[in-house]
Amino acid sequence: MGQRTPLYSTHVAAGARMVDFGGWDMPVNYGSQIEEHHAVRRDAGMFDVSHMCVVDLRGSRVHEFLRRLLANDVEKAMQPGKALYSCMLRENGGVIDDLIVYHMHYQWYRMVVNAGTRDKDLEWLRVQAESFGVAVEPCTDLAMIAVQGPNARSKAAQVLDDSVAHAALVLQPFFGVDAAPWFVARTGYTGEDGWEIIVPAAQAAELWDKLRGVGVTPCGLGARDTLRLEAGMNLYGNDMDESTTPLESGLGWTVAWEPERDFLGRSALVAQKSAGAPRKLVGLLLEDRAVLRSHQKVIVPAVGEGEVTSGTFSPTLERSIGLARVPSATADRCEVEIRGRLLSARVVRPPFVRNGTIAISL
Amino acid sequence: MSKVPHDLRFLKSHEWARLETDGTVTVGISDHAQQALGDLVFVEAPEAGRRVAAGEAIAVVESVKAASDVYSPVSGEIVAGNVDLGGQPELINQDPYGAGWIMRIRPDDKQQFAAMLDARGYEAQLAAETH
Repeated sequence: MGQRTPLYSTHVAAGARMVDFGGWDMPVNYGSQIEEHHAVRRDAGMFDVSHMCVVDLRGSRVHEFLRRLLANDVEKAMQPGKALYSCMLRENGGVIDDLIVYHMHYQWYRMVVNAGTRDKDLEWLRVQAESFGVAVEPCTDLAMIAVQGPNARSKAAQVLDDSVAHAALVLQPFFGVDAAPWFVARTGYTGEDGWEIIVPAAQAAELWDKLRGVGVTPCGLGARDTLRLEAGMNLYGNDMDESTTPLESGLGWTVAWEPERDFLGRSALVAQKSAGAPRKLVGLLLEDRAVLRSHQKVIVPAVGEGEVTSGTFSPTLERSIGLARVPSATADRCEVEIRGRLLSARVVRPPFVRNGTIAISL
Repeated sequence: MSKVPHDLRFLKSHEWARLETDGTVTVGISDHAQQALGDLVFVEAPEAGRRVAAGEAIAVVESVKAASDVYSPVSGEIVAGNVDLGGQPELINQDPYGAGWIMRIRPDDKQQFAAMLDARGYEAQLAAETH
């Protein structure tokens, strides 16, 4: 038996198909994964993301600590509530994890890290934080519900306490608001507008039921994966890990080179940048009727080989899409080996879909 | 719980088969199989006229999660493939034992059909798989 979120029995009672995900028993779908996907693109859906780990970082030098720790620069997140997406790197430039950090207060930042990397992240944070006198406090007894879709905010606002709803409705994208013990952020992992709501564990089931009552569709991890892939967002462990750098993972835009500062992994990235990264992460659109899956071999004629890192059937495009790590010289076409056949794919620039609209030419 | 109709025969690999009154055998995948696969997105049903041996792959069903081969339970000549699945693969999710059928085959030897698992045997296998 895996770990269970505060919503476990709610999922089981709703008939969810439960699977192991990074040691957690999580719902993969409640019925049709494709219908759940469309609910988020067209209306409003919700995900239990309570398996993710919320870590509070406190101390008078916490800002300075994060400028050393992260490849992105918290100098960009000086306003209260501002969120920043970043990679956390080893000295060799390998990605330990990708995360979101919120500026809560000048001596307090809140970080949300992946479930599967929780233990190694906390260990790394504690080692690095020590010399800065920063306290690393994983939060327990919390649940997190992501409400996503064009109607997600208006529907969810109906069930929040007036004061919380009011503060949340005025949030700009990529900002959060502390409404202790609640926290609401206008962030997500679907390419749609919406909120991620952190609540005390004991209130999670009630919130979930109320959201359901105003027409927010429960969605499983299956739809979460097809939505994030259409949105061109990486999944840690699939699309990048400690053997790859952000420059090889389509995440060069998250590395803040200026103003110059000595962040962990910088010298390795500088060296790779000046030599030229040998590989890059690209989007693929399969031209044949089949489905891209992670670890399929990619062949780029006269250039070399690569590998699909994430692949799926895109419900919005009704075609198969994926991300692949390929030689840097790859141009606009490649072939993918699928079940013994070589099928042709186009190299495209993600995202595939944003805010309900197809973002590539088909 | 998945449905296991008692008038059908099954393979361990989750195909079902029904002996029709005209002596042909209709083949599809079980309710359990479609639930495990999730939403079907592509199905390549076989063409009529092809001769196959028992245990030979006759179709590929591809879902949001995985691609899976479908095997023929009997040797014989395929008399029809379900062409509707090309445009509506979800028929397998919606009605695995009805509109979601995959092929009809004229068996060389009806004993191969008789040798398949009956519903009780298939239910016992499903129970063993989930425990």
